[in-house]
Amino acid sequence: MALSKRKRAEYFRYSQYTLLAVIAVVIAFLADWEQIRTAFFNFKTMGEMFPNVITIALKNTLIYTALGFAFGLGLGLVLALMKLSSIAPYRWIATVYIEFFRGIPALLVFIGLAFGVPLAFQIQFDIYSTVMLALGIVGAAYMAETIRAGIQAVPKGQVEAARSLGMSQGRAMITIVIPQAFRIILPPLTNELILLTKDSSLIYIIGLARDQYELTKFGRETLSRSPSLTPILVVGLCYLIITLPLGYLSRYLERRSGGKKVSVL
Amino acid sequence: MSEISVEITGLKKSFGSLDVLKGIDVTVNRGDVVCIIGPSGSGKSTLLRCVNLLEEPNDGKIVVNGVELTDPDVDIDKARTKIGMVFQSFNLFAHLNVLANLTVAQRKVLKRGEKEAQEIALRNLDRVGLKEKANSMPAQLSGGQQQRVAIARALSMDPDVMLFDEPTSALDPELVGDVLGVMRQLADEGMTMLVVTHEMQFAREVADKVIFMDGGYIVEEGPAAEVIGNPQEPRTQEFLARVLDPTHQGPKD
Repeated sequence: MALSKRKRAEYFRYSQYTLLAVIAVVIAFLADWEQIRTAFFNFKTMGEMFPNVITIALKNTLIYTALGFAFGLGLGLVLALMKLSSIAPYRWIATVYIEFFRGIPALLVFIGLAFGVPLAFQIQFDIYSTVMLALGIVGAAYMAETIRAGIQAVPKGQVEAARSLGMSQGRAMITIVIPQAFRIILPPLTNELILLTKDSSLIYIIGLARDQYELTKFGRETLSRSPSLTPILVVGLCYLIITLPLGYLSRYLERRSGGKKVSVL
Repeated sequence: MSEISVEITGLKKSFGSLDVLKGIDVTVNRGDVVCIIGPSGSGKSTLLRCVNLLEEPNDGKIVVNGVELTDPDVDIDKARTKIGMVFQSFNLFAHLNVLANLTVAQRKVLKRGEKEAQEIALRNLDRVGLKEKANSMPAQLSGGQQQRVAIARALSMDPDVMLFDEPTSALDPELVGDVLGVMRQLADEGMTMLVVTHEMQFAREVADKVIFMDGGYIVEEGPAAEVIGNPQEPRTQEFLARVLDPTHQGPKD
């Protein structure tokens, strides 16, 4: 007997629910709950991690990310403008920069900046400068493309109106185009911020003093003195404290901008 | 005794291999309203956009109020402050409210103080009947209101001549009248205006001169009553027949 199309869709949906339920039950039976409890939920370790996980690690992660994001945003804007420049060498430089730093792991940039540059140029950065430069250099490569797309998404008529009022090319860019571009790219920029938050964990490579620890380093440090994996769970949750609101913010901004899509290629 | 405001001689413009303007001569006297009509693709918008150099001419000479815009050494930004432009798609600055739309160029380009710029802006908003919308965002306005704000924005720079590029073509029919009303009032006040339009009624009643363009050339020009009321050239006759009587298909009898 042939089922109606609607009936078939209904049965298909039920079968999927059943499948998911079966998988959940199997996992629940296979897991060693006692082991999980002792490995991840050692309350003593949790207690020991506070308040430093917040007052030092979370705070430092926020500071490092903010520094890197601010520098990256500025450099990214410069790169985006270079990429749109009528002067060909500017475009080449920007393209090479973006392709290079987007294509290598951020960890390599950290190592290069922390050890390579001081060696080559006989300069010593302090911790904040290193983080700001390293995170910024990587972030700028990603943000440049986003900003370029945003600038190009501003309707051409806006520039024409500005120019016909006597504004120069540069004035029109600063006063009319860039403010509108940033409104358009606010959602994707929030995503870049989330990525940078996580990349800030790479700073451990340059060697940190205790009060310079960020979340991941702090978690690993605690882990080495801990009988369980609890520190990993705690710092993981701390990252989510930062990134979940940013994710919500991004989606909120996306909805508010009325679905104005920016293609970032 | 009339002074010349806009003088265009031998203007040529091509996009790639496409010749859009093939040698245009236009003279606009101070205080005159000149309407440019013609089928789409005839080059009339390009001609208008050349008058403030939004399009760079390939050849020819454009002089506006004694300043030769086609001179390579001209300060085009300065020259443009004296040439108001109104676009088909309004092009209000989307991130600024109405008042800021009217003051931003006054402040940044003419370096007027905030108070002076706002006074001028409000006076011009009043002229177009939208003083109460000073704090609205462009997106909150109807198309007709946006276009009137765009006109007020151009007027706030105290231009010597105003260019209108199909200012009512993007509007709902019931909003066209408001914009044309503002333009008519401007014309009555003696503003020099160069208007690309499909509004034959407006052209007929307001224009001192009508130019009919087709295929990159000026086919016919003269007083509105003659060009629109009694066209001599077959192409003008054909165009006007289609525009004035759009439902009439094919030749009469």
